Amino acid sequence: MSHVIPYGAAIQEAIREEMERDEHVLYFGQNMATSPDDPFLRAFGPERVRVTPISETAEIGMATGAAMAGYRPVVELYMAEFTLVAADQVVNEGPRFHFMSKGAVSVPTVMVAGYGFTCGWAGQATGSLYGMFMGVPGLKVVMPSTPADAKGLMTTAIRDDNPVLYFRHQLLLLTEGEVPDGEHAVPFGVADVKREGSDLTIVATGLTVHTALAAAETLARRGVSVEVIDPRTIAPFDVDTILASVARTGHLVVVDQATRHASVAAVVVAEVAELGFDSLRAPISMVTALDSTIAYSQPVEDYVLPDEHKVLTAVEKTLGLAPVPA
Amino acid sequence: MVVGNAMNGGTAEALGPERLVWIYTQMFRIREFEERVKSTFTDHPGIIRGHTHLADGAEASIVGCIAALAPGDQILTSYRCHGYPIALGTDTKLMMAEIYGKANGLCGGLGGSMHLYDPPRGLLGGSGIVAQHLPHAAGAAWVAQIRHRGEAIVCFFGDGASKQGAFHESLNIASLWKLPVVYVMENNNYNSRTRTDQEDANAAAGEPLSTKAKAYAMEGITVDGGDPVVVYATMTEALARARAGEGPTLVESLVYRLSAHGNLIAPPGVPLRYPDHEAIAIFGNRAEYEAALRGDPVPRFRHRLVIDGTLRDVDADSIEAAARAEIDEAQRFALDSPWPEPDSGLRYVYA
Repeated sequence: MSHVIPYGAAIQEAIREEMERDEHVLYFGQNMATSPDDPFLRAFGPERVRVTPISETAEIGMATGAAMAGYRPVVELYMAEFTLVAADQVVNEGPRFHFMSKGAVSVPTVMVAGYGFTCGWAGQATGSLYGMFMGVPGLKVVMPSTPADAKGLMTTAIRDDNPVLYFRHQLLLLTEGEVPDGEHAVPFGVADVKREGSDLTIVATGLTVHTALAAAETLARRGVSVEVIDPRTIAPFDVDTILASVARTGHLVVVDQATRHASVAAVVVAEVAELGFDSLRAPISMVTALDSTIAYSQPVEDYVLPDEHKVLTAVEKTLGLAPVPA
Repeated sequence: MVVGNAMNGGTAEALGPERLVWIYTQMFRIREFEERVKSTFTDHPGIIRGHTHLADGAEASIVGCIAALAPGDQILTSYRCHGYPIALGTDTKLMMAEIYGKANGLCGGLGGSMHLYDPPRGLLGGSGIVAQHLPHAAGAAWVAQIRHRGEAIVCFFGDGASKQGAFHESLNIASLWKLPVVYVMENNNYNSRTRTDQEDANAAAGEPLSTKAKAYAMEGITVDGGDPVVVYATMTEALARARAGEGPTLVESLVYRLSAHGNLIAPPGVPLRYPDHEAIAIFGNRAEYEAALRGDPVPRFRHRLVIDGTLRDVDADSIEAAARAEIDEAQRFALDSPWPEPDSGLRYVYA
């Protein structure tokens, strides 16, 4: 049994259920729970649900301290760029402590960061920064593309004993989808095959999973069978599912909303080039954002971002297909 | 206002001779440990890698604070962190082995001098990055507030940290939320090789650094960190306020570190050692350093306990001999300990 809810509501549902299940879960951040009618405040009270000042270093740092003291804080950061204000806390504090203490402390925090808000938010609030955090030892990084994964990955993030950076795609907030009823936890490090296919593999993350699925549908009408893989978590990162798919299809296109050299796509390409080269029957194609700051004005914004047409062009090139006029 | 000897007599009586002797014992153990870390650079070159920061000169402040803790209280520290666990009862053998990078060190050689942890004794850890543990203390204090067990958090840092955003953000929230935390700023008048009046507006204006508490509507007090009894009395009051839900306190504890900020920073191949204190090495002010040595809190406190009849000279000598024997053993243990398995580097990445 399942129910249909938007991506944003699925995240809230997971947090609410985990707060009901475990009194150690805390939820706090800027501009939340300021009204006595706030549903979280009403359900869990002002000890566990709090609004903070606009102080990212303190917010993330307090999450780390509360976690070291035995609680499971979820800190709402709204925009992923705010992690940069507090980059030391995200990268160089919590993720180090379990290691440096030889396991004497653990830091089960969830940092919820909205990203990819490419709808006129201009240069400083539209970034796709996840790639920066992919190689931070001790930090887990998740980026769901559907309501079901949004809920399931949040459940797992709260239960995980490590710092988790949860990237929430801002353009997907209102996208509806089926979410399994009852407890729903999606394991970390397990990629999801969003569509099965045999001719070509597309690996995509976040919003671009939907771009890839749209392209796959278009290509299906032309008799081309495309497999779409969503890693779902980029640390840990499930390379095996990608390698197994490429072993069957022999062709790979990687789609990513981030700029080319700071993308997950670049890591996928590197892994397949090293570990799956023998499977490839054609060069890999990358469809990423162009190396520029995101513009305010829509035509300029659109120009640098991946879209279905760019994905189709990449697939045509990889498979040696004749382009179909638009 | 610097709280000095005025409040001292009553507190010393309240502490009683046993606690006063305990305080002296811990002070001396810390001094002995730190001097042994320092002499390792010449006696066993190459054993200690990277950067160490010593607490010699701050023993009275450290032990005065630790003496005021109650069971269940927790502390967080800066990277100048050797003194606190010694006073909390952490095994000095494990500590020295950690600083020597050995397998049976406190953290298996994975943390080193700047990263000591002992949660069962209340040491939650700290940060090697200046001031970044101040919000961790606020977070731990939030948990203490929710738990309603009357527990409090003490957070130790240097004066340099008060120029970091993390300091200001943390004090604001701690006061706003009335968190049970005491922020102890050990003001040793130098941020590495920068004198405090070169970087701090309050210091440059001749104000105590505890003035900063006023900006956050919290209690701020400056004490003589060379007197463990004064520190103890101040901390006892601050902790009582914290436990009563009356919010945090900023305690500025005036200390003089008797060693340089840390050992030499150099690439491999250059022998590491402790340079002269910055007063001499940077500012050419030998007189300042020599005055600090004359005011050294460790012999000063011994002398006081002997003069007032709390401690006989012969007993003080035994305390010091026992501490030397303990640190001899800690060093032997650390030298004899094996190196960690190289692949232990992959064992604790994730919990």
